[in-house]
Amino acid sequence: MNTLLALILIGFAVAALAVSVHKIFKAATPYILALYPLGLTVYFFSQLSAVHHHALQFQSSWVPSLGINFDFSLDGLSLLMALLVSGIGTFVVIYAGGYLHGDENLGKFYLFLLLFMSAMLGVVLADNIILLFIFWELTSISSFFLIGYKHKYEDSRDSALQALLITGAGGLALLAGLILLAQIAGTTQLSALIGQADIIQNHALYPVMLILVLAGAFTKSAQFPFHFWLPGAMAAPTPVSAYLHSATMVKAGIYLLARLHPALSGTPLWIGIVTTFGAFTMLMGGYLSWQKFDLKKILAYSTISALGTLTMLLGIGTKLAVETALTFLLAHSLYKGALFMLAGGIDHETGTRDVRILGGLRKTMPITFVATTIAILSMSGIPPLFGFVAKELVYDSTLHMDSAAWLTTAVAVLANIGMGAAGWIIIVKTFFGPEGDTPKHAHETPWTLWIGPVVLAGLSVLFGILPDIYGSGLLNDAFHVFFPDSDKHIHLALWHGFKTPLYLSIVTVLGAIGLYLVHERLLPVAERIDQISAIGPQNLYKRGIKALPVRANQVSHIIQNGKLRNYLLWTTVAGFVFFLLGLWYSDIPLTFRASFNFAPRYYEIGLSVMLMIAAIGAAASSSRMASIAFLGIVGYVIAVFYILFGAPDLAMTQFSIETLSVILLVLAIYKLPRFAGVSTKLEHRRDAIVSAIMGAMVTLMIIAATSFPLESRLSPFFSENTYILAKGHNVVNVILVDFRGMDTMGEVAVLVIAALGAYALTKLVPQKEGN
Amino acid sequence: MFSLLFRTATRFLFPLMIVFSIFVLFRGHNAPGGGFIGGLVGAAGFALYIIAFGTEQARTAMRFSRRLYMAIGLTLMLGSGLVSLLAGDAFMTTQWYSIQIPVLGKLGTPAIFDTGVYLAVIGVTMIILMSLAED
Repeated sequence: MNTLLALILIGFAVAALAVSVHKIFKAATPYILALYPLGLTVYFFSQLSAVHHHALQFQSSWVPSLGINFDFSLDGLSLLMALLVSGIGTFVVIYAGGYLHGDENLGKFYLFLLLFMSAMLGVVLADNIILLFIFWELTSISSFFLIGYKHKYEDSRDSALQALLITGAGGLALLAGLILLAQIAGTTQLSALIGQADIIQNHALYPVMLILVLAGAFTKSAQFPFHFWLPGAMAAPTPVSAYLHSATMVKAGIYLLARLHPALSGTPLWIGIVTTFGAFTMLMGGYLSWQKFDLKKILAYSTISALGTLTMLLGIGTKLAVETALTFLLAHSLYKGALFMLAGGIDHETGTRDVRILGGLRKTMPITFVATTIAILSMSGIPPLFGFVAKELVYDSTLHMDSAAWLTTAVAVLANIGMGAAGWIIIVKTFFGPEGDTPKHAHETPWTLWIGPVVLAGLSVLFGILPDIYGSGLLNDAFHVFFPDSDKHIHLALWHGFKTPLYLSIVTVLGAIGLYLVHERLLPVAERIDQISAIGPQNLYKRGIKALPVRANQVSHIIQNGKLRNYLLWTTVAGFVFFLLGLWYSDIPLTFRASFNFAPRYYEIGLSVMLMIAAIGAAASSSRMASIAFLGIVGYVIAVFYILFGAPDLAMTQFSIETLSVILLVLAIYKLPRFAGVSTKLEHRRDAIVSAIMGAMVTLMIIAATSFPLESRLSPFFSENTYILAKGHNVVNVILVDFRGMDTMGEVAVLVIAALGAYALTKLVPQKEGN
Repeated sequence: MFSLLFRTATRFLFPLMIVFSIFVLFRGHNAPGGGFIGGLVGAAGFALYIIAFGTEQARTAMRFSRRLYMAIGLTLMLGSGLVSLLAGDAFMTTQWYSIQIPVLGKLGTPAIFDTGVYLAVIGVTMIILMSLAED
């Protein structure tokens, strides 16, 4: 019984039903739909002790011949992620009901949200490389729909497209990387990779594969230089930002790095790239977060910084760093998920997220105030919150690096100072001072909007005070996924004694307060520095997106300028070039085989002459009707050849096709203007050359084809097995409908699409021409 | 284009061609023929009808919309592949049943598959032909 597959499929089914549920149950929809993630949470909690010693494996076959199977595995790491997905998911579903209250498209929103939830579960539970990739892409697609939920705004649509293009491009790189990985390791099973680390890392293609996989992980987890889609994705409704763009989906890249860590990490290349990009992203996110005025933008940049921290830690890859990464992952999901939901609540009740307008909400929104303060304190790493435990560990990890320890630690401190200052901006500007002139008069949010953040903030306190009892059991199981042979047991503690990390924490807190106090004076300076972003990745992307249709248009005008002759010219010449390249790089000897017995019979010579005369006639004739007739002769003569050489099925097809083609061409002629010579003499010569090239290509192909021995394994197989396996005597037909039935189905589908295209083309004749 | 001779001949030829196309379809398993050729022959029959009587008449003669021919054709092809899933085999594994049907012979999923090809090919050809034949 594949429980995990069933759970994911139930999720897809619930997603499909969401629209109908909303139509029937209206306001009760969130509570009904929240039962799904709630059930998942309960299930995953019940498995806590089961994964303690070994991973649970669930397997069903799908396409075993390609190594693609519905294999799932539940170990400490998957369980940690699955609990985040389902636990925070439960609150987000309820939260969305309050946040989008009265929205008529709420059903559609839930459709995409639950689709995402199931896909994300698939990502973290999949034990098969290709299966993981499929779910990975599904999360990108559902994210696209969720970011573009307010599709009437251009901003939303652009942001959605931007996120899709970047994560989609990364996804393609990832697919290539994963296939390479599977080829190198000789398995598509993720849990089997761990034993192949030596083979993988010593393989010649390891660097290529690693860079492709990292491209996928970095785009998904918003690492520099792909980070800019994440602030753009804030155009999504806040439940989406809280769920996808802070707590879960952006962690998919981190999860992938973690999952592949045992197999890929430890090489200088891994440490160099992953640590550097992570550290830089961490610093950049921290630096930009305190310069924003929009609550969600501030949180988005601090999320980028946190994702950078996680990437950096996985890059360092020591036992301490991995322990830290897991702790920080949990801490960040708890406080950042809460903060996004709280920011959404503030937006919902006041009508703005601009910290320059907001103020004095501490009295009007007391619950939101307390929860926000706790979450921010956790983010800033202030005891006794869980964020403090995580931050101490971060400093401890960077201090114990083999090289560049002090540089990395300094970068981490600076990034955290930036984030801390951003936290102070949120607390002080939003909740203290005089009441702001907000679009709506502020009052406390309904319970649906505060229940989630309050619970998450409460967990930040609980895990902070009692880290070893509640926090580390699961983290320990996750840790042993990375280091199965290690006998280390994770002991988290709030108090580490008077050591360097504590002093660094004090420096961070004081630095953050200092930066907060002077940040308004620094903004103009920062703005001037920001001008270098004119050459940054976001602007490159924007320019690229604008230039793409223009360039595509130019290319189309050259290759497809509306004259059929031109299309043929490009197709023929390009085909010939590729054919020659293929011939050049293959080892096909271009010789007639010695045994090729060239002794044509008299009627074969006669038919060939007829064929040639008809072909010349078709080209030389000045009447369309005559050309069509000549072409018909060519086709029929070829059909006769088929009969002579014992291919009655081909001959019958050729006769029918030829007949229908002639009818088709005659019908088409009616629509054409009178025949007129429009080509110049030079063009005639050019066309003659192109025709000659086509002829040369076909001749070369025939020579190449006959260069191979005619005996193959396939012919005897088919003639022997046609009746035994497929109960038919006609080999051709049996191949079409049985042995290669899938191909036939694809071909017929292509025919149908072509027919619909032809239909659309003929019906789209411009009206003004009086057709 | 009106020709009494042609129309009269078509009245006899058309049903013959359709019957012949179905014959070609089903003999294909053991002798030259099959769904693709059968479909083309059937389409040729309808093409004859178009030339003799015009597209409107041909449309009536086809009874169902050309899109429906294509849709049913593709559905039959896919459906014949799905049958094996019910039996627990991989997608598109041929299933044979011991029922004997007079004239046609044994019943198996390839026959359904080929009928799908036949219908889809007729639909495709007629969509293209009629689009051009119509004004």
